[in-house]
Order: sequence, then C-alpha cells, then structure tokens
Amino acid sequence: MALYSTHTGNKPIKYIRNTTIIIVLLLFALATLFPIYFMIISSFGDPVEAGALSYSLWPSKISLDSYKFFFDYSEHSYRWLLNSLIVAGCVTISNVVFATLAGYAFSKIRFKGRTVLFFVLLCAMMIPYQVTQVPLYILIVNVFQIENTYRALIMPGLVTVYNIFLAKQFMTSIPTEILECAKVEGCNQLQIFIRVIVPLSKTVMAVMAILTFMESWNTFFWPFLVTNTMDMQTIQVGLKNFRFANTTYFAPMMAGATISALPMFILFFSLQKYFLEGVTVGAVKG
Amino acid sequence: MAQLAKTQIVKPAKRRRWKGDGGWAYAFIAVALIVYAMFTAYPVVSAFIISFQEYRPLGSVFIGFDNYVNTFQDSLFWKSIKNTIVYTVLTVPVSLFLSFAVAILIIPLKKGLQTTFKAVYYLPAVASGVALSVVWLWIFDPMTSGVLNQLLAVFGISNQNWLGSSASAMFSLVLMAWLSSHGTSIIIYLAALLGIDGSYYEAAELDGASFLQKLWYIVIPCLKPTTLFLLVTGVIGSFQVFQNAYLMTGGGPDNATTMVGLLIFNNAFKYFEFGEAAAQSLILTVIIAGISLIQFKFLGNDVEY
Repeated sequence: MALYSTHTGNKPIKYIRNTTIIIVLLLFALATLFPIYFMIISSFGDPVEAGALSYSLWPSKISLDSYKFFFDYSEHSYRWLLNSLIVAGCVTISNVVFATLAGYAFSKIRFKGRTVLFFVLLCAMMIPYQVTQVPLYILIVNVFQIENTYRALIMPGLVTVYNIFLAKQFMTSIPTEILECAKVEGCNQLQIFIRVIVPLSKTVMAVMAILTFMESWNTFFWPFLVTNTMDMQTIQVGLKNFRFANTTYFAPMMAGATISALPMFILFFSLQKYFLEGVTVGAVKG
Repeated sequence: MAQLAKTQIVKPAKRRRWKGDGGWAYAFIAVALIVYAMFTAYPVVSAFIISFQEYRPLGSVFIGFDNYVNTFQDSLFWKSIKNTIVYTVLTVPVSLFLSFAVAILIIPLKKGLQTTFKAVYYLPAVASGVALSVVWLWIFDPMTSGVLNQLLAVFGISNQNWLGSSASAMFSLVLMAWLSSHGTSIIIYLAALLGIDGSYYEAAELDGASFLQKLWYIVIPCLKPTTLFLLVTGVIGSFQVFQNAYLMTGGGPDNATTMVGLLIFNNAFKYFEFGEAAAQSLILTVIIAGISLIQFKFLGNDVEY
C-alpha cells in the first residue's frame, strides 16, 4: 500500500520497473557528477599550456606534475590550506560551543526577554548578506583596522543565527523533567548543560560542526574582501588568484580545484550520515 | 556569577531558583548576542545610514535620497533586476521539478539504494563554488576542443562561444545551475514523501486510482508545504546570487549576466560607491521580502503546517 503498485505475484514486472528507475537515476547522477569527474581526471595531466590540447575524458596517464606546478606557483600555496584549516577550525569550535549554549538558554531556561531576543535574532535570517557586507567591511577595515588578519577572517562568523536556531529546535524536544531532576540533585545550570544537555545533543552538535566547517572552508567572498597578501589568503581565494594568473594552464588549474575540494570529499565520505542528516534537521516542519 | 550561585544555595525556594537561572541564561547567550550586535545588528543600522550618505573615509556627507533616486534612474540597475528575474525563473522551478522527480523515483527502491542515491546526489554540494567555477570554465571553453562544443558536434551543432556572447552567457549560467547539486531539495522532498500517511494510498487504491492519479491527488497536495518552503528559499537564494556570475563571466558580456548581487558588489568594492551599494542592498531586501510575501499569500493560504 504505497504510491507505487506492489506488483504482488508479478516479480518480473517489478524487477524491470526498478531497473529502469535505477538507470534513469544513474544517468542524471552522472550529469551532475560529471564536472567533478572531469576535474579529478584532468588534474593528472601534464602542466602544459592548453593551446592545441584537446581534453580527454579518460586518463591517458597519471602524473602529479600539475599538483607540483600548483604548489610551486606561490611560496604560500601550502599556507592557503593551513589558513583555511585554522579559520574553519576556529569558526567551527566557537559555533558549536556558543550556539549550543545559546540554544539551550533559549529552549530551556526561562528569563526575561527570551521571546523578544529570539525574535530579533531570527530577523537576521531574512536580511540578505549584501546589506551587511559594506558596513561590515568598513567596520573591520576602517574602524578596527584588522584587515588581513585571522581575527578579521574569523570574528564575523563566530556564532551564526542559523546554528542557534538549529540547537534550539533540537533541544526543545529534550524532556524538561530530566533537567528538573538534575536541578533537584543540586546541579547548577552550567553543570546541567555539561552533564545532561551536551551528552543528549551530540548528534545536533556533530551536524552543526560538519556543516559549519564545510561552509567556512568553501567560503570565498569574505576572505577575498579582507585579505590582501598571499600569506593570509585561504585556499579558495588562492585558487581564484591562481586561475587569473595562469589562464591557459588547464591541468594545474584542475589540480588546484581538486586540492581545494578534496578535504571536503574525504570528510563527506567518512561522515556521510551527518551530512545527510544535517539537511533535514531544522529544515522541514513535521 | 558567583554571587548568583550563592543566592541559590541560601534561598532554595523554587521560584527563587528560576529567578537565579536568569543570570545563567544571560551568560549563556552573552557571546551570541555580542557577536550578533556587532556583526549583524550594527551593520544593518549602519547600512541604513550609509544609504543616505555619500561615503568618504573622513566624514561622510548626508545627501538625502540621492542614492535611491540615482539607483532608480540607472538603466543598469533595471537590467540587473531583469537578469536576476530571468535567472530565477529559469533555475528555481526546474530545480524544484528535477528534485521532485528524483525523489519520486528514489522512493520505491530499497533503503540501502535510497541512501546511496542520496549521497551521490548530495556529493557535488560539498565541492566549493570556486572549484566548480574553474571546472565549468573549461567545460564552456569556446574552442572546438571544448567539452561542451565536442558534445554538441556529435549532434551536428556548430561551435558556441558560451560565456563570451551575450546571447548564450546567461543560458550557460542557467545550465550550470541545472546540473549543480540538487541533493538538499531531493533529501527534503524524500523526508516529506516518507511522511505521507499510507492510509491515503490505501483508500485511493480501493477506489481504483492509477499511479498518476495518486501522484496528482495525494502526493502533490501533501507536499505543498515542502514545495512552498523550497520555492521561497530557492527564490531568496537566487536573488542573492553573486559568486557564479562574478567568477564565470564577471557580469559580461555587455552586462548580460550582471545580476543585482554582482551590481551591488561592483558598486561597493570596484567603484567604492558605498552609499549607492547600501541603498541598492536595502531595495533588494524590500524586493525579496515582497516576493516571499506574495508567494505565501498565493500558495500558502490552504497550506496546513
């Protein structure tokens, strides 16, 4: 009893139907995966100018010379990866700690102004980032004068409203009785948070950590605005600069793109469950 | 904080306890509020003020509504609005349809296969926009050796200057959006599909409903809230699109792919017209809010949450 007929007693029809479906799904999947396949395959080519070269969809040879070419482009190429790691790491840790704390306070502690404050926070999610980008740039560059520092890269992303919302949504479902028990036992709020809330919220914290890390690693716009020397750039900004400096070097460009995406692929394959769960946590009602 | 803890011990009455927790709550949200105030609330207020000024590093000058008037008289602004609308209309509905179709096709498969396909469709979303733009740039290579041109040659279609001609540049960006990851919407649709009560189908089958009838009378109405959610978030996202236009075409040729997000970026960080950029960003906010409201009004009136 479902959307599809079950074809009881007619196995071959069901088999043919499912096979057809799988083929259609695979074809579309191939189309969306093609750019990534093309990127990885081409990155093993030779670092020569693209002039008369025609692209092949099969690896004719496997050489890592293009990767070497990419890293040789600037003495800071390795630093880009490190910078991305430092920025994404700090942003992730701070988001997990502070968004979970705030989410707990908003969902389980009664205090004056709770509803109003949370509403004010939610308003932020409706404002396009174009509105804040100019004042934020002026604030960081002209007022604080911390352009081209890790602080400039990290500070605006310390806690995002989205993560607070995610934590609050999740924690609302934790039974209040447990927290009251802990209170009767003499725990203060910080102890309740550490001993009761955190162990119960591991899933949402993992989801938050992964999504925040991915977003921070992949972000291009803000690091591009506030960095101006090669040694402070993140891998995304570095890749963009490499592209504009070496417009004809096809394989090295693909190697650079692969390098910038590879950490996320590794993360995705090892923590797939949390990635997929992250999409539905807090996204759909009911 | 120590003092608050002490009152708690001295006066263990229940009401007192809740009152004491207020201090904890403020401590817990303190960092979030400070970050919010500094990097979101202040910039929004500031953007509002800047939009009435001509920005100068040492003391800006108030010029009233000039930035807004200039924007509305600027033909490039209207062109960018038009481009944004074209892009949105061509990408968002197609993306919704593709996600819906894929979700419907995944549903009858076994659990393990479902998860595999979810992962496969989600995978392109983890690659950064910059990396993908680099790849697409070569796919759109205008030479005969370009990947897409080679593919078209198989069908006997001649060479196209994909990103370089104003006729096809916008279409190229749209094609890129069609073939990007739809994983998020597919997973959200799947979750909603699994939430439909089986008894609806049962009743329909007793009445002899076909697959298409079930799709039309049960699935589509039941998924209306999900579709509305994806439509509104999709349109909002599409109106802010900046990165692909910036990295792939830079808005050209002849501003054929200049969208509002890119226009604001150019005004702000290419020409340093902060006032005009701020005014345009606030206009964009109003447009986005308006479109969301219209969508809720026309599509959301019989949606039950």
